[in-house]
Amino acid sequence: MSGAGHLLQVEDLSVSFETEGGTVHAVDAVSFVADAGEILCVVGESGSGKSVMTSSLIGLTRAENATISGRATFDGVELVGAPERTLERIRGAQVALIPQDPMSALDPVLRIGHQIAEQIRVHTSVSRRAAEEQAVALMERVGIPQARTRSRAFVHEFSGGMRQRIMIAMALSCRPKLIVADEPTTALDVTIQAQILHELAGLCHETGTALILVTHDFGVVAELADRVIVMYGGRIVEQAAVAELFDDPQHPYTWGLLGSVPRVDRPRAKRLPTISGAPPSLIRPPAGCHFAPRCPHAFERCGEVPPLAAHSRERPEHRDRCWLDVAEKRRRRVVGGDIGLAGGKETIVA
Amino acid sequence: MTRFVVRRSLQALIVLALVSVFTFLIFQVIPNGSPAARMAGRTASPAQIAAIARSWGFNRPIYIQYLHMMDKIFTGSVISYSQQINVLDQIKRGLPATISLAAGAGVIWLALGILIGLLSAIRPGRLLDNTLGFLALTSISAPVFVIGAVLLYALAYRTSVLPSGGYVPLTDNPWQWFEHMLLPWVSLSLPFIGFYSRVLRGNILDAKHEDYVRMARAKGLSGRRVLTRHVLRNSLIPIMALWGLDFAGVVGGGAILIESIFDLNGVGQYAAESIKTLDVPPIMVIVMYTAVLVVVVAALVDILYAYLDPRISLND
Repeated sequence: MSGAGHLLQVEDLSVSFETEGGTVHAVDAVSFVADAGEILCVVGESGSGKSVMTSSLIGLTRAENATISGRATFDGVELVGAPERTLERIRGAQVALIPQDPMSALDPVLRIGHQIAEQIRVHTSVSRRAAEEQAVALMERVGIPQARTRSRAFVHEFSGGMRQRIMIAMALSCRPKLIVADEPTTALDVTIQAQILHELAGLCHETGTALILVTHDFGVVAELADRVIVMYGGRIVEQAAVAELFDDPQHPYTWGLLGSVPRVDRPRAKRLPTISGAPPSLIRPPAGCHFAPRCPHAFERCGEVPPLAAHSRERPEHRDRCWLDVAEKRRRRVVGGDIGLAGGKETIVA
Repeated sequence: MTRFVVRRSLQALIVLALVSVFTFLIFQVIPNGSPAARMAGRTASPAQIAAIARSWGFNRPIYIQYLHMMDKIFTGSVISYSQQINVLDQIKRGLPATISLAAGAGVIWLALGILIGLLSAIRPGRLLDNTLGFLALTSISAPVFVIGAVLLYALAYRTSVLPSGGYVPLTDNPWQWFEHMLLPWVSLSLPFIGFYSRVLRGNILDAKHEDYVRMARAKGLSGRRVLTRHVLRNSLIPIMALWGLDFAGVVGGGAILIESIFDLNGVGQYAAESIKTLDVPPIMVIVMYTAVLVVVVAALVDILYAYLDPRISLND
């Protein structure tokens, strides 16, 4: 991969935590790029390393027992191992975070407008008044009614959806080049999840901001994503443009994920397929392919780690981490069929 | 707000009624509690005792005696049994010393408690934190009369750096006032500093793991700004509430030991002496004064709480 042109280029990013039970390899040699203006979705089960990966990028994984290695170049600046001052200048200004739970991500004792203005004032030299005016304008922009009055309110006086709109306003406040949204709607009421995500995607398109969206929701992926990364056990197991991933998924784990989404365009199965078993222990992960223990297609070679490789010359950007050859994959692939019914850990619902 | 004031005032009345009744009853049932016998002296005849009891009204039914006492307290004419001087005047005489003690010590223990709590929380589990934690536990567990006695011995008797006790009014001589107050302040503050620093340390460490602190960092705020604007702002709220009540306790004469060790002649020492002589009127007044003070300060703390933490409403 050549560095030029990509907004964010991540190479061999690994994050591990020393714990009493051993070393947890939460993120294992992850490489990907994100380009200006695109929406990159990161999917995978809980515990697959999505959140650790995104928070490590902007230096928010600061636990003393954490080790971060690899490279992550954002707009020409190396983020991994960068001094805190450098990261402070980038965080909030060029890379903004939208957290998972807007309920607890806002300070309970400070006025909302003040919290948005605080971010603006850290990164730009504007007066308090001007920053607070900007905060009101941002709140209007993300659809908070009576923004001026509401900017004087506290977080407990807002509904969940409104709180996440405030987080979006905050993320947009300094016109960042990249927004990292970590499952931004899981804590919200189902009825407004899609609405908030569409608004977020719309605002990103409007402003040309790239969006890395961590999600469980394949419906969202299908509608919003330009490209998709599928993570499993701390590794990327497949990455592709969104149409490719849905039309021609290569990795058995991706088949499983896609299969466990209810489809309205197919006859209803008696029971929603699940992937049996649980994600691997990241303290003592399986020696080879992390998915092998749960994979109905595993064979001897899966004891070695498969490389993340393209399966066809025409589509070098579509890569996956599986030893099965292309023809074999085509033959075996049963998306939406029974991949194994027993004891699935988690059902991913669109 | 009106509702809050009305409700708290009613509560205060109930507290006052209960506290005064119980205190009064305790001294009715206590052995050797008869004030007439004590006032008459060792060699008095039963007739003399009866005469004293009659003139003070000790022979009347208990509830009449109680009401009589309340009447005198609220009209300001209550007289002590042992010295037979006006109790309210005595308390007023003791207040400057007690308030000096509370104000000085309150400032010291709040400031140092916050400082040490903050220092401990910067690198938890490291040498500085462990040392401060050990010192805090020592100061919390050492009784004030030990701390006071050790300080007196070292700084007053052995080296004469500071006076060994007594109170000099601030208006008479500010420097001597300060010299006389220094040891009482330090002795009274030490356990509070230890306690406050541990509470604040815990609050800070809890707050550091809150999502909004992580978010504040994600916004690009510097570590110092995150600490002062978000972590400390949230961690200090319970400390302020604690301080209000502890301060009220000391002003209310709660620092009985410190006042007695350093002979400050404050309200606390007056209470101690009155208990020694089973002198009911001053005890009643001081207990009721303390109760009112605590109820009022608790209400002020709640108002402050509601102001500092918008999630709290006064009418819940």
